[in-house]
Amino acid sequence: MAKTLDKVDVVTVGVGWTGGIIAAECAKAGLKVRGLERGKNRGTEDFSMVHDEYRYAFRYELMQDLSKETITFRNNAKQRALPMRQLGSFLLGEGLGGAGTHWNGMTYRFLPYDFQIRSETEKKYGKSKIGSDYLLQDWGITYDELEPYYDKFEKTIGLSGEDTNPFWGKRSSDFPTPAMKRTPLLKKFEKATTDLGYHPYMVPSANLSEPYQNPDGASINGCQYCGFCERFGCEYGAKSSPEVTVVPTAKKTGNYDITFHANVVEVLKQGDKTTGVRYVDTLTGAEYIQPADVVVLTSYMMNNAKLLMVSDIGEQYNPETGKGTLGKNYCYQIEPGATGFFDEQMNTFMGAGALGMTIDDFNGDNFDHSNLDFLHGASISFVQSGSRPIGTNPIPSDVPLWGAEFKKASVHNFTRALDVFGQGASLPHKNNYLSLDPTYKDKYGVPLLQMTYNFTEQDRNLHKFITQKTVDVMEAMGAKKTEGGGMLEDYDIAPYQSTHNTGGTTIGDDPNTSVVNNYLQHWDMENLFVVGAGNFNHNSGYNPTATVGALAYRAAEGIQKYRQKGGSLV
Amino acid sequence: MADTKKGLSRRDFLKTSGIAAGTLVGGGLIGGLVGYNVKKSDSGTAVAPEPGHSDADINRGLMFFQKRHDFDVLSQAVERIFPEDELGPGAIGLGVPYFIDNQLAGNYGSNAKEYMQEPFFEGGPTQGYQTRLPRSEVFLAGIAAMDQEANKRFEKSFIDIEGQQMDEILTDLQKDKIEMQGVSSSFFFKLLRGATLEGAYSDPLYNGNVNMEGWRMKGFPGHQMSYINVIEEEKFQKIEPKSLSSMQH
Repeated sequence: MAKTLDKVDVVTVGVGWTGGIIAAECAKAGLKVRGLERGKNRGTEDFSMVHDEYRYAFRYELMQDLSKETITFRNNAKQRALPMRQLGSFLLGEGLGGAGTHWNGMTYRFLPYDFQIRSETEKKYGKSKIGSDYLLQDWGITYDELEPYYDKFEKTIGLSGEDTNPFWGKRSSDFPTPAMKRTPLLKKFEKATTDLGYHPYMVPSANLSEPYQNPDGASINGCQYCGFCERFGCEYGAKSSPEVTVVPTAKKTGNYDITFHANVVEVLKQGDKTTGVRYVDTLTGAEYIQPADVVVLTSYMMNNAKLLMVSDIGEQYNPETGKGTLGKNYCYQIEPGATGFFDEQMNTFMGAGALGMTIDDFNGDNFDHSNLDFLHGASISFVQSGSRPIGTNPIPSDVPLWGAEFKKASVHNFTRALDVFGQGASLPHKNNYLSLDPTYKDKYGVPLLQMTYNFTEQDRNLHKFITQKTVDVMEAMGAKKTEGGGMLEDYDIAPYQSTHNTGGTTIGDDPNTSVVNNYLQHWDMENLFVVGAGNFNHNSGYNPTATVGALAYRAAEGIQKYRQKGGSLV
Repeated sequence: MADTKKGLSRRDFLKTSGIAAGTLVGGGLIGGLVGYNVKKSDSGTAVAPEPGHSDADINRGLMFFQKRHDFDVLSQAVERIFPEDELGPGAIGLGVPYFIDNQLAGNYGSNAKEYMQEPFFEGGPTQGYQTRLPRSEVFLAGIAAMDQEANKRFEKSFIDIEGQQMDEILTDLQKDKIEMQGVSSSFFFKLLRGATLEGAYSDPLYNGNVNMEGWRMKGFPGHQMSYINVIEEEKFQKIEPKSLSSMQH
């Protein structure tokens, strides 16, 4: 029998960026907030031994324990979905801060085009440009409407950058801190892309160029360029993360607490409202009911979708009929790129997760698509994130994968190879979606989430186009030998690609085509908010965190509005 | 050699990281920093092996393999994958077989953090790990298969055949041409290759990468506090590596 706890104003399921932002804003406004985090407490003090590639990057020290819960996967509905038994393609977070602890810190705003992608595309290229299999839609919120929230998120994290990109949307204020150092390797990219007539700019970085105090009084330190960001926590507190920013801000109010080891298994409901959540204490196995006036799903996008599905809230998307909204528009990203081999040794092992430069000349609709067989595009970047020796073994394609030749080439090229890569937009396809698995269950008896996903024609065409652009850039950077990546094949869950999973709980202005309104309030349940990259209708050619952060600030405002006047906010 | 003059002093470090401004709450980082400044020779406790010394293997032993022969087959196989040459030691010289043995005895070998619930089905090529065998069993099966294959083809144990003959067997494993029970040979080979590189380049605390020779070959300096003062240098920076294990005494 589950024990019922005292009611709180707001409960968040998960404490990463979105849970932390909601907590900070609502607690500052005087609401009593409780965060339920299924992982453990952690912070800067846990990371003094973090320069351990094997433990953190290969044995996934900070990531989700899949023995308790994973997802199942298949490329298409005809295949049998099987569990993702070990981590690979993407790395799910767990514990305080979630994936916001071990991110790289590349923090781009999406383009104005992204939010009105269907109407803009139809206006410019006609109604037939978007094939009927692609479920592209406007987001029900514009860039200009979201701009203040982007601004707020960037000020919270102290984002380092410079406003020199001609392609991005108008900014209401400059970056809170200056851009990171322009290293000799970044300058190679800058010169090459400038010579080619493109427009390079410094990657907006959450590894901060200098110490910073945010408007809430939280402090972030200056980056040391040690080269251990992605998959690691920062031992200097110099990478903006929930634990060094919004979580202490929320705690300072006295209106916030976090229950750790609390794995939420159900969103409870009565009529058309939620009454709270049910969770299992993962240490004792005991069950609790946490009543709340407002429930906010702030876990990773997959778990947000799963909790709605197992709690039977909203209508599951059906690819046969096109009906239902929950689980649709699952998108990912493609990563076309080129490797360049150089004669001289370079300081490839130094760096920071977001130390890099980007061009947007082939992103969004920044170039004409009239005669192209795809939409959208990719950011193209060089990032000096710090090469590490287990993971970085660059060899030309004619060298075998093991043996004497492999050893020579991989050792030689460790400090002599650079990569230029694209982050290609991913557009929703009717056959790519999330649902519940009929067979496999998690440790608590709840069905696993099932992913049905494959790359599309659009992906393959965009991949091919961007690969050539990355080859051009690498050649201009002076590589002695340049190799572009091969053709895009079927999506494979095993090799690491990107933890930029999006969709499933989409935002919009119509309950028939979206799960939440533009305050991230559930269409069917006014006191339930669902926040994260799951809200994206498609994935842009950038890292998602800035948009996730902006949406969380938008939701926090919505929750406060809702507490004042109730009902639907739109 | 290390250009130690370019290394950060503790004071510089505090300045650049913002700690001097009193902005870091909690003792976490300061606590973590203490270790950076302890002179190993003054600590009076066990001294971490210095580069070039050979006492790094002082606590080495087998935690997983019960038959020395299995360990020897593994050793020969990983040496073919990552052989000794003029650049430096191969897998055996780097302690990779011990690394793998030790890992197989722990969470890695028992798939402690992996989803191993029934039912198991043979997956498609894009569905990843689908065998019911944990990694420890996959290695035992793979080692047995290599030895059987050597016996079948050359009437000798794997450890007694020529290097080129070993390569033939490894290539056939890689290409899924060798029958194994419960797991494909290419899957075993992928694990074996991955573990070899992990052993060659992980921190020496895991009993591989002996004396940081793997890092030294690649020019990787290991665990360094900061590159903030050298990252703008045009010139390649040759820095004597440091291990995490040397910080833990």
